[in-house]
Amino acid sequence: MTTQILAQTGRPAREEEEREPSRFLFSPWHLVLIPIAVVMLIPMAWMLVTSLETLNETRHFPPVLLPHTLAPGNYAAVLQQAPFARWFVNTMIVTVATVAGNLLFCSLAGYAFARIKFFGREVVFILLLATLMIPFQVVMIPTFIIVKDLGLINTLNALIVPNLANAFGVFLLRQFFRTLPVELEEAARIDGASRLSVLFKIVLPLSGPVLATLAVITFLWTWNDFLWPLITIYSPNNMTLQLGLTTFQGTHQTATNLLMAANVMSMLPVLLLFFLAQRWFIRGIATSGLKG
Amino acid sequence: MARVALRNVTKQFHGGTRALDDLSLEIPDGEFLILVGPSGCGKTTALRLVAGLEKATSGTITIGDTTVNGVSPRDRDIAMVFQNYALYPHMTVYRNLGFGLRERRTPKREVDRRVREISAILGLDDLLKRRPAQLSGGQRQRVAMGRALVREPKVFLLDEPLSNLDAKLRVQMRAELKRLHAKLGITTIYVTHDQIEAMTLADRIVVMSAGQALQIGTPQEVFSRPANLFVAGFIGSPAMNLLRGKAAARGAAGTEITAGELRFTRAGVPDGEIIVGVRPDSLAPVPADAAGPAPPAHPTLDLEVDLVEPLGEQALVHGTVAGTAARSGAEEERAILAEATSRAPVTAVFPAANLPGPGDRVRIRVPPDRIYLFSAATGEAIW
Repeated sequence: MTTQILAQTGRPAREEEEREPSRFLFSPWHLVLIPIAVVMLIPMAWMLVTSLETLNETRHFPPVLLPHTLAPGNYAAVLQQAPFARWFVNTMIVTVATVAGNLLFCSLAGYAFARIKFFGREVVFILLLATLMIPFQVVMIPTFIIVKDLGLINTLNALIVPNLANAFGVFLLRQFFRTLPVELEEAARIDGASRLSVLFKIVLPLSGPVLATLAVITFLWTWNDFLWPLITIYSPNNMTLQLGLTTFQGTHQTATNLLMAANVMSMLPVLLLFFLAQRWFIRGIATSGLKG
Repeated sequence: MARVALRNVTKQFHGGTRALDDLSLEIPDGEFLILVGPSGCGKTTALRLVAGLEKATSGTITIGDTTVNGVSPRDRDIAMVFQNYALYPHMTVYRNLGFGLRERRTPKREVDRRVREISAILGLDDLLKRRPAQLSGGQRQRVAMGRALVREPKVFLLDEPLSNLDAKLRVQMRAELKRLHAKLGITTIYVTHDQIEAMTLADRIVVMSAGQALQIGTPQEVFSRPANLFVAGFIGSPAMNLLRGKAAARGAAGTEITAGELRFTRAGVPDGEIIVGVRPDSLAPVPADAAGPAPPAHPTLDLEVDLVEPLGEQALVHGTVAGTAARSGAEEERAILAEATSRAPVTAVFPAANLPGPGDRVRIRVPPDRIYLFSAATGEAIW
């Protein structure tokens, strides 16, 4: 990566474009990939179809895959029956705040671990990494107690504050920062920049790809999070989308068509994000060796 | 502008590598000082200590009248040019040049004035809107210089600034650097492993090896009066020829020195093992038409040629002579030809006319006053 950055100052590399002339041509891989894609798409398609069916059709067996009459009214019904817009806004607030917090705090911590020499740095870093191996279910209750003592239960802050930084983000950024040529930072420090200036004016502008990756991954985690909102939020007005969706599931009866319509709507932003930021998703998973 | 002093500076890295060993240097205001030495000799470490990028293990560093140990790089009022230039890739040339001034909260108008002034001096006017990736090597080098100079620092530090340029550009930039220094008169510390750069640019040269300064002097002093074997072998290109020899007192006639065929007398040389050094351009072929032996004052050697490298006006003639080779410790690589024989390799610079060919034997003349003597035990020069 060092050489890559230095090479950027060398000649603008355009190799990626040169490598994909045969984009729409057939390759034997397609024989494998197309069936897998179909398998992945079926649940999506079914969800979409169900969201347009009447309640009776959803209960039919074998399932009705082509509804006789389209019922787009399901979507309107969802918006009427539940504070869907409110949930959407809540989720947006939580997600944006969490992403922003992660970008800021993980950058600060990651930079310190990458470049600032301090006593016990390696030990602390290893401890931090070790926390990645503790499942959420283990820390759930202690975290709950802390959040409760902070008086945040049943507020959006309960969803934001504990997630403002995470070990994975620190690790990801630290690894990237270490690959930047250290001379750039030394030059900036001689030029009069403080450590913070170096981070914000030199390091972060050169870290676009990895920041995008972290943003995308954090967005996805936060948007889809269910368990933590479930235990900290109880009033419908403070719910997030994922939590709100469950309100369509009753003990005795589930309005599957409405649930699916709500699902489609809650999935749209993520789908949109995926199409816009596909590249960073793939890079994030490829560089971190972590499933999304 | 300021003088810089290093007093008994030692730098020991974690893991025990001692990069600098009790180094002391005085650099008067406005001097162009060059630290030269083979890779790993500590020259870059010395520069980084002055810059504040490394902390000295012991000793003091002063810039002007202030001791700067513990002062952060930004507060030392120095500027540095890095070997790979370290231009900020995401900024235009204009912003690269102005970065240091903006960080020091210089008013915008003043930043603009100084950036334009320095870009005029360095001929960067047309490039201000470009990014480093869109510049050639020479242009990047000039931007790096400009970024350092625009702040009008007290001390200017350069870490092998020309080593990434091609040969032609390097010569050009070398001259440009010298002119700039003459014009601005900023105290400059310059690190290089290229002794030609050192010779041409420096007011004074510090030849370093293993973290120590072996000799400090003007280029001419270092070249013509090397303090020891290492300096003799390092400064001068091609390197000095070195032969093992013996000195034995001969009463009133002085001391007779023998090294292979070479035999001459000189006063004031202690008896014992010595090393004899001759620069390649002090060696001249004995003209073929000169009848009989050379005048007794000029000892001669029988050179068996095995390689000739023409350089235009002159040629490098590599060969061997009778005797045992000695090493200065400054050799970057072994002699061009393997030392398969018991003979010692010698290089001479001949005029291009009537060059010998490989396999020829030529008599060469050695002016005795151009012969250097070193103690074989300590490597110190004997004058």
